[in-house]
Amino acid sequence: MPYDYNGAVVEADEEGYIQDISLWTRELAELIARGENIEMTGDHWEVVNFLRDYYEEYQIAPAVRILTKAIKKTMGPEKGNSKYLYELFPYGPAKQACKIAGLPKPTGCI
Amino acid sequence: MADFEVPTLDEVPRVPRLVEGAMRHSRPFAAAPEHQEALGFPGQLVEDWHDKAIEKFGEILDRSRPLRVYMDACVKCGACTDKCHYFLGTGDPKNMPVARQDLLRKVYRRYFTPAGKWLPWLVGAEDLTEEVLDEWYSYFHQCSQCRRCSVYCPYGIDTAEFSMAAREIMDHIGKGQKYCNEILGKVHQIGNNLGLPAPALANTLEGLEEDIEEETGVKVRLPLDEAGAEVLLVTPSADFFAEPHVDGLIGYAKVFHQAGVSWTISSYASEAANFAMFIGSYEQMKKVAERIRKAALELGVKRIVVGECGHAWRVAYSFWDTLAGPFDFLDPNYPVPQHICEFTYDLIQRGELTLDKSANDHMTLTFHDSCNVARGSRMGDAPGGQFEIPRAIIKACCNNFVDMAADTIREATFCCGGGGGLLTDDLMELRVKGAQPRMQALKQVADAQGVTHMAAICAICKSQFAKVMPEYGFAMDAIVSVHQLVSNAIVLDGQKTT
Repeated sequence: MPYDYNGAVVEADEEGYIQDISLWTRELAELIARGENIEMTGDHWEVVNFLRDYYEEYQIAPAVRILTKAIKKTMGPEKGNSKYLYELFPYGPAKQACKIAGLPKPTGCI
Repeated sequence: MADFEVPTLDEVPRVPRLVEGAMRHSRPFAAAPEHQEALGFPGQLVEDWHDKAIEKFGEILDRSRPLRVYMDACVKCGACTDKCHYFLGTGDPKNMPVARQDLLRKVYRRYFTPAGKWLPWLVGAEDLTEEVLDEWYSYFHQCSQCRRCSVYCPYGIDTAEFSMAAREIMDHIGKGQKYCNEILGKVHQIGNNLGLPAPALANTLEGLEEDIEEETGVKVRLPLDEAGAEVLLVTPSADFFAEPHVDGLIGYAKVFHQAGVSWTISSYASEAANFAMFIGSYEQMKKVAERIRKAALELGVKRIVVGECGHAWRVAYSFWDTLAGPFDFLDPNYPVPQHICEFTYDLIQRGELTLDKSANDHMTLTFHDSCNVARGSRMGDAPGGQFEIPRAIIKACCNNFVDMAADTIREATFCCGGGGGLLTDDLMELRVKGAQPRMQALKQVADAQGVTHMAAICAICKSQFAKVMPEYGFAMDAIVSVHQLVSNAIVLDGQKTT
């Protein structure tokens, strides 16, 4: 399921996770998000940017708990909870936000 | 979310109307060549797949006497037909256990029995064609290897063995499943299903230590790679990542702390799960199990404790000794291996834990027996310990506990719908539909006895329920870890009071 974007083709797996994370751009993220019926707001970007920073340091997306803690610090306790994160990313903050952030899908019993 | 019809929950469970081919379209993503090759399987369907498949089938039959007996023993009595959760949830007659078995049995008869070789039309023997192979791929990925059907089979025929054999054959001809095989590659490469590297694991554990101290005022440690610890904890990597799993991990840490037992997690073997069982690969199962043995030896631990993971406990309890034994370097005064529930239950019995049940008063609990614990293992030193011990822990931590209907729990428990290597988004329709029998039993006690939450001791069950329960009108956080209840109730020495 590749993305046609800026006249180029970005390869993605069956579920739309891009294969080469170095090809990620903000515009591509907007495109992936639209496919998920998500309109990116500042709060969405806050989450996506945190995921990307964490990934850069640790080569994996953060646990949900780490994400909520970080969001709590930057955006306050009313947003730093998994309920709010699920409002932003209804299919689950770990998987759906990772897809938009251009990161590989977390695997396992999750 | 759903682009299919979610089954209804009726007042009285009933057998669904048959819908031929209802789930014919359901099939998981195929493993990519790199996932296959990392495990020593061909990258894609090999040219001579037919002969290779029959050859592998023969090897498995020679190796597994039980499978050969199961092939011959079925008398088509029908006792299993309405026992599979996937049949009950989908109405597809091929999801009746006997029909699933026959997908393999008809090929067995054709190539491995005299009658089937000479008079195939008389004995229901069939050639292995591309169409049959396609059916295998579809319907052997609609069996969660939960073994409920085998409880009701008068001969004890275990459909899980058929599914494992079929998946093993398919892996060997290059027709593997992405979810399981990609994950097994990560275990070898990184040490766990999640692909969580050591620095990320360390960061996660430090974060949890901070959280516990903030909550309780007590410094509770979650040690990583500490040589000389008494206990090595191996737990599903979902415990480091997902909700409500991580609340269970916090519970284990508090229990170890209060018991005064030194313990550690290993970054090399930071995974209890062994998905090789799901794909029926003995070789892979052995390799994954040996990682744990190696970690235990290197860290010099005296005990191995297994966290809340259903199939890992089956592998540990029933197979570790054969796969990676002998574990004669561990302290024989304790169970080898020991389940975290056994560890906690022992402390409770000896009166070593202070548990404030009122901390869980906002919930009325029920317990979901996980299939691999219920039907593939035991706990404690008495028969049925795997049923009694988790319930005893819950009752020691909670004032409100109610069991679901008798034919849906203990050895008759229904699978969550996501076990056996099927907990993947590409099988969501199957997962939602397969959860129907459990959801029905839960709704019954929710309506009649006010049950609000269901506890489980399996990472797959927890993730599956968190995902599918909203489809049936339950909150996603209505599924909890057993050690999350312990974590809520336990009063640590020096804990601050709120």
